[in-house]
Amino acid sequence: METIVEKSLEEQFEEKIANEIRIEPKDWMPDQYRKTLIRQISQHAHSEIVGMLPEGNWITRAPSLKRKAILLSKVQDEAGHGLYLYSAAETLGASRDQMIADLHSGKAKYSSIFNYPTLSWADIGAIGWLVDGAAIMNQVPLCRTSYGPYARAMVRVCKEESFHQRQGFEIMMTLCNGAPAQKKMAQEAFNRWWWPTLMMFGPKDEESPNTEQSMRWKIKRFTNDELRQRFVDMMVPQAEFLGLTVPDPDLKWNETKNGYDFGEVNWEEFWNVVKGNGPCNKDRIQTRVKAHEEGAWVREAALAHAQKRAQREAQKQEK
Amino acid sequence: MNMQKEWPLWEVFIRSKQGLDHKHVGSLHAADAEMAIQNARDVYTRRMEGVSIWVVESKHIHASNPDEAEAFFDPANDKVYRHPTFYEVPAEIKNM
Amino acid sequence: MELAHTTNTAAQSYSPELRELLFQYTLQLADTSLILGHRLSEWCGHGPILEQDLAMANIALDLLGETRSLYQYAAELEGQGRTEDDLAFLREAVEYRNPLLVEQPNGDFADTILRQFLFDGFHYLLLKQLQNCPDKRLAAIATKSFKEASYHLKWSSEWVIRLGDGTEESKHRIEKALDHLWRYSGELFQMTPVEQELHKAGFIPDYAQLKQQWDEHVAKVFAEATLEVPKNVFMQLGGKTGLHTEHLGYLLAELQYLQRAYPGLEW
Repeated sequence: METIVEKSLEEQFEEKIANEIRIEPKDWMPDQYRKTLIRQISQHAHSEIVGMLPEGNWITRAPSLKRKAILLSKVQDEAGHGLYLYSAAETLGASRDQMIADLHSGKAKYSSIFNYPTLSWADIGAIGWLVDGAAIMNQVPLCRTSYGPYARAMVRVCKEESFHQRQGFEIMMTLCNGAPAQKKMAQEAFNRWWWPTLMMFGPKDEESPNTEQSMRWKIKRFTNDELRQRFVDMMVPQAEFLGLTVPDPDLKWNETKNGYDFGEVNWEEFWNVVKGNGPCNKDRIQTRVKAHEEGAWVREAALAHAQKRAQREAQKQEK
Repeated sequence: MNMQKEWPLWEVFIRSKQGLDHKHVGSLHAADAEMAIQNARDVYTRRMEGVSIWVVESKHIHASNPDEAEAFFDPANDKVYRHPTFYEVPAEIKNM
Repeated sequence: MELAHTTNTAAQSYSPELRELLFQYTLQLADTSLILGHRLSEWCGHGPILEQDLAMANIALDLLGETRSLYQYAAELEGQGRTEDDLAFLREAVEYRNPLLVEQPNGDFADTILRQFLFDGFHYLLLKQLQNCPDKRLAAIATKSFKEASYHLKWSSEWVIRLGDGTEESKHRIEKALDHLWRYSGELFQMTPVEQELHKAGFIPDYAQLKQQWDEHVAKVFAEATLEVPKNVFMQLGGKTGLHTEHLGYLLAELQYLQRAYPGLEW
């Protein structure tokens, strides 16, 4: 009896997915769908929050007041995006505290790209241009993802992100049109960020365990390799426009596939960074843990005060 | 005490301009209502998206049960007479 | 940035002396919001909770916006072809005119909140008056920033209350912050020769009056926060005349790094 009911719920769910009807928080959904979403959305939220750190590293050293204001508002946006995403995950029954605990314990992952250091001002340009460029490619399809709150959060994120990539490109353009020292700075940053950015699309399709199910459930809309190819095709002309050399000797236009052939990503490095051995993995998590732990007394105080106030008001009403 | 407790979750509704309804935009954490409104302002109106904010603690929201959605909402389906196009108006009659 | 293009016929008719005074004063206001905005921006990514991270960044951005309008106007008043960035990035520490309070390090959240609260009260009251400044540009900048400062004051006042009347630990921390920072509050209201001249000329309010209102607000908030207003504290002065604490040098070393390392480039 019970299995029959279960099956019909599952069928209804599959039907909604097939008909592009969004799944909403209180709707029945398979456990695995819920788990996959919590994992993906919280990972995404963590990436926004950890992603504040490499760029935040240059807020106090931004070279002009205009750049400082732009960078600060961009990093602040990332905090906002992290918040939207945590909210979306909370509609699935995950608590923010638990998600943060998982990040701090290493149980939850975040985008490996943020485990690389920002060594010069040009890195801020490179991150905006390349990393946000890659993030947008990943994110735009998510605006149509099957889970309603996630899709709505992503619409908001994408709308706000549109300036992020442009400001990065503008920084790169200014540097590339500037003094030789600036151009050098830009090329070096490009060299350092190009390959890690290509890694952002995730492992090769044949090595991506979650892709197939996620595609079926329309959580994901394109495969890792599809997006990576698109990204390369989009960025190479932009690099040429800037006068930057793509650090890939195997890069070549392929007329038959109407796209670029490019060299193999260093997957050993990729898996190493995923495993926690990137240049900044330890620092990033330590920084987050420190902020959270040092904030504990603040959060407690606010809660304690709210309770005192509520009690006082209740007493007033009794009188 | 409640040392480990998270700040409560609040749902945020924003009126984007005068004349429109408040619309649900998302949620956030805050220790009290005052802070929830301020946080909503800082989180959800950074680009002048609002002229008015409502917040309500999430636990106070009661929702219809999606399993009963058919019983709840389908009956309205056949009440075509609630829609203006149900009625025939002679062509001579203007402004109705 | 429309403020930058408002023609200011009054400024052209100023005597060289008055123009110089206004330049000095505008610079002082700009330095003040720059340094405090910079300090707040150091919190970005490190706040006690995500929601407050956003709140502090918003205040920093407000201050930075005010900073830019003020430096742009100061550069025009000076008329030497310097830009907002020249003024912000290419002066020596002794040339900065911000009060000592705003350059104090962030410390813990209680230190940051208290520094903000002491400043916000002053900022709010000053801008309220400056909206009527006969100098149209300063009045316009004040009008825009006053709205922002009203929110800042509300935010920091509520946090002082939460921390003061929160837990034992938060009370202890805000009292410690008070013990450290109160001594820098007097300078806000101590009028420099430039400020005295401008007050005489009818451009800026009497700070003694602002102080009265400030005292009232502080007393009200502290009462709610169950904090005592410190008495007989020796006040540290100097920032507004260029004698800073040791903290400013490090702040500027970071702030000015790229402009100093690569002179004369566009960014």
